[in-house]
Amino acid sequence: MKKLDLKLLIDKVAQACIEANCFVNDDLSNKIKEFSELETNPLGKSILNQIIENHKIAKEEQIPMCQDTGVAVVFLEIGTKVQIDGDIYKAINQGVAKGYSEGYLRKSIVKHPLDRVNTQDNTPAIIHTKLIPDSDKVKIIIAPKGGGSENMSFLKMLKPADGIQGIKDFVLESILKAGANPCPPIVVGVGIGGNFERCAELAKEALLRELNDKSEDSISRKLEEELLELINSTNVGPQGLGGITTALAVKVNVAPCHIACLPVAININCHAARHKEVIL
Amino acid sequence: MIKLTTPLKEEELLKLKAGDVVYITGTIYTARDAAHSRLVKLIENNENLPFDIKGQIIYYTGPTPPKPNKVIGSCGPTTSYRMDSYSPQLLDLGLKGMIGKGARSDSVKKAIERNKAVYFAAVGGAAALISKSITNCELVAYEDLGAEAIRKLEVVDFPVIVINDCFGNDLYEIARSNKV
Repeated sequence: MKKLDLKLLIDKVAQACIEANCFVNDDLSNKIKEFSELETNPLGKSILNQIIENHKIAKEEQIPMCQDTGVAVVFLEIGTKVQIDGDIYKAINQGVAKGYSEGYLRKSIVKHPLDRVNTQDNTPAIIHTKLIPDSDKVKIIIAPKGGGSENMSFLKMLKPADGIQGIKDFVLESILKAGANPCPPIVVGVGIGGNFERCAELAKEALLRELNDKSEDSISRKLEEELLELINSTNVGPQGLGGITTALAVKVNVAPCHIACLPVAININCHAARHKEVIL
Repeated sequence: MIKLTTPLKEEELLKLKAGDVVYITGTIYTARDAAHSRLVKLIENNENLPFDIKGQIIYYTGPTPPKPNKVIGSCGPTTSYRMDSYSPQLLDLGLKGMIGKGARSDSVKKAIERNKAVYFAAVGGAAALISKSITNCELVAYEDLGAEAIRKLEVVDFPVIVINDCFGNDLYEIARSNKV
């Protein structure tokens, strides 16, 4: 059994919150640069260049790329050989509070969804936990998620008969409905299968993937390519003002599901696409 | 390069058309969901607003806190449709400009046209870059709202794009109708 150092965890979580918000991931930065060369709409090209300039300023000055430093979505993988003396969820929240305070990040959480009083420290985080057999590591992915893109989430319980075409129609109509709101260029996470809640999780997990990776499953891989092409033919473009750069990537994650169901969920990342990993 | 100063004058706004890139110098007030809800309650109760709205611009934003010795943190636009139910009343009271991102409702677009106002978009997510045009920041009202408080910003060459001009044109609709 390996003992987890909760004090170290707090510091690492805090640091990851700051880094995720200030330093764009390399895969995303490279993708935007690639698309900025290809973009045909001059206004769209100018917008992509401003985004690139923004990444540079944020990195140099260690200030957030976007003022919406989001809710702290956390994916936690705990090896079953790890000994935890204490409350790991409390520690993660302490790390989030520390990072959002020391990093001059925005406190964007209200305690009750109806009376809406700010919690002042950006907690609680939303934590998804998985146990990993035979592992002595704890892996934490911090994926700050802004409200604008999150408001453009969609979920539908399709019929099995709707098939792949039904999925494509649903994704396309959702991207058009979202328009400029999720801050294109976007990264699109599609979850297919599972059930109502698992499907939504799949869509969000899909957003953690490396932008240039491809699904191992050939049906998903083909769907990712076709959806990307379809989405980039809509002319939504950067900031919804027209162009070929609507989506930087589409990631499809699938899971087994009920014989009567074909759940599909869409979760969209804006062009910040923030996620940082910590391993303890 | 089209430059505008505040307070916005109708004859300047009538020269703008959807798609124009504009640089704003002067004063901009920040307000988003919670502040708009309070402003509209004041209007309904016939009370004065915390600032004189005539000719002014409201920017939909909730900035990050400033680092020491900085005027403001990162300060990009939030999505405007959430303020749609509040904007027509503010426009009817003399608000002349709104800055945000994303399309507005028909009722907001009608209020823009009848009041000869303009809706601008700032680049979403370019919050660090945008903050470079902000030279001063002062709290005006609702400190308890934190990032959602009403603040008075002084800006120099704040970059925006005209989305809805005074004549009913909408840049998102124009973009949609031009197929790739």
